[in-house]
Amino acid sequence: MTIEAWPNPDVMTRAAVRPARVYRVAGLAVLLIAASALPFFISDYRTFQFTLTICYAITLLGLNILTGYNGQISLGHGAFFAIGAYTAAIMMDRWDLPYWSTIPAAGLVCLGAGFLFGLPALRLEGLYLALATFALAVATPQILKYKGIEHWTGGVQGIVIVKPPAPFGLPISPDKWLYLFALAVAVVMFVLGVGILRGRVGRALIAIRDHPTAAAAMGVNTALYKSLTFGVSALYTGVGGALSALAIQFVAPDSFGFFLSISFLVGIVVGGLASVSGAVFGALFIQFIPNVADHLSKSAPWAVYGVFLIAFMYFMPTGVAGALQMIWARFCRTR
Amino acid sequence: MHQVLSGLATGGIYASIALALVMIYQATNLVNFAQGEMAMFSTYIAWSLIEGGLPYWGAFAATVAIAFIIGVVIERVIIRPIARKSELAVVVVFIGLLVIFNSVAGWIWTHSLKTFPSPFSAAVIPGNKYLSAHEIGAMLITLVELLALYVFFRYTPLGLAMRAAAYNPVSSRLVGIRVGWMLALGWGLAAAIGAIAGMMVAHVIYLDPNMMTGILLYGFAGALLGGIDNPAGAVIGGFIVGVAENVLGAYVIGTDLKLSVALVLIVGVLTVKPSGLFGKTIVTRV
Repeated sequence: MTIEAWPNPDVMTRAAVRPARVYRVAGLAVLLIAASALPFFISDYRTFQFTLTICYAITLLGLNILTGYNGQISLGHGAFFAIGAYTAAIMMDRWDLPYWSTIPAAGLVCLGAGFLFGLPALRLEGLYLALATFALAVATPQILKYKGIEHWTGGVQGIVIVKPPAPFGLPISPDKWLYLFALAVAVVMFVLGVGILRGRVGRALIAIRDHPTAAAAMGVNTALYKSLTFGVSALYTGVGGALSALAIQFVAPDSFGFFLSISFLVGIVVGGLASVSGAVFGALFIQFIPNVADHLSKSAPWAVYGVFLIAFMYFMPTGVAGALQMIWARFCRTR
Repeated sequence: MHQVLSGLATGGIYASIALALVMIYQATNLVNFAQGEMAMFSTYIAWSLIEGGLPYWGAFAATVAIAFIIGVVIERVIIRPIARKSELAVVVVFIGLLVIFNSVAGWIWTHSLKTFPSPFSAAVIPGNKYLSAHEIGAMLITLVELLALYVFFRYTPLGLAMRAAAYNPVSSRLVGIRVGWMLALGWGLAAAIGAIAGMMVAHVIYLDPNMMTGILLYGFAGALLGGIDNPAGAVIGGFIVGVAENVLGAYVIGTDLKLSVALVLIVGVLTVKPSGLFGKTIVTRV
């Protein structure tokens, strides 16, 4: 067979890519419009649930950047979620700052906290990092209850905050407004996230995950990248936490226990490791599956989580996002 | 003085958990996050047996046997197929196990606190100004258990085979040791050790599905402090952590930050001296 028998690869990929990209952008636009219209068709309570889903999606994207793309296992992201939520609550309750200002502030605080935790994490690989973050997750509620910072955090009682009303006299309920606000934040965060992961930085992260030594030899500053990734991941998680504090209107130490961190882990495993859309699937899963399983027993949601964790690792290690991608690829091929 | 002694008593429990972790780590290079929940589950089984009318020591023996079987089954069925995959997969599966044990225990036995009997509370030991009978008993049991394990691993053919399988699987297989089964036995033993620790500690902190989370954390801290590849070191580390926790909790920082001590200890040890006090330093070849 001569080389001419092959079609020009350039022409082929361009022809194949262009419609795919058009489909993708159009699909995303439709989804976004549907998502913005959603609260006007459902009750305030359902809207609230979807707002939480958005918070989780942002958080899961952050955790996925760290664990999925960069390969640093964190079982302690509940701690950063808590820091974000508490930052928002303290700013609104103690200092009377407007709610929208808490989001970037929570992000920055968590960026700092994550970066600082990421520095010792540099020396820890794989299982050891999992261990250290596991300890962080278990200790979080206790630290939040600590008496020395009680006048900030409200101790065991936590802090109650007021849900912001819709601005400009818009005739929609606070719940619906908050949903739209969270959706806007999420769009910004996801666009930024995709930007980070698509480019040079994303390739560096994956290189560090797959072969740290080779990545270092290629000139990637692994130490800086790894601790910065920890920071950025914490930033996403903090933003998610701050939004969730606004939605729930309440923060208390015991809602940020070890099991919150585990549900984030469940989210990225079920949604799909190293996948941006996986964050959304994972968020839907951790928000709505417990509600379904709750009818069985109080403990059932967690049993379901556990079974899903193990089953996905065996049968679908790429999660829902990976499975959908496979189905889509097969569909394209058969056409 | 009292704080140091009762620290030794809880330290014995941490030492057991640390030892169980180290056994699994040595054999498979995995850190078993579900160790604490497995111990908790076994303790609930013991509670049910005692409630069902068995005498304490009968229930004790039965529980250790059941825990052993659970450990073996988990290794053969769940861990074996995943152990060669990525670290993330392994951690996720362990966390899955942890969650399942925790929620199933809550499902079967509810989340309310239960008291767990102690075989020693009736016995009067003279001159125990500092320690309760249970604390002395728990310490004795831990020591007997450690001694038995030492003898087992040092002098019996099976124990030596297990050590060989952990140390050098390929050569062990060549001399006819069934490495796979040795790993499963290691898991069983670790689960049994955990069950004993659970039964000892349940009398002090009451029985509850979440009772082992903190204990597991201290167990990790002890194992890391002593060196995660050194069983004797892990035991010493467990005792050190127990004393440190009690003394610091009583005099320095109060009880409400006790878990943070474990956090600081874990991060500190891992950062400053990842191999622990008695562990081997691992050099990775590039």
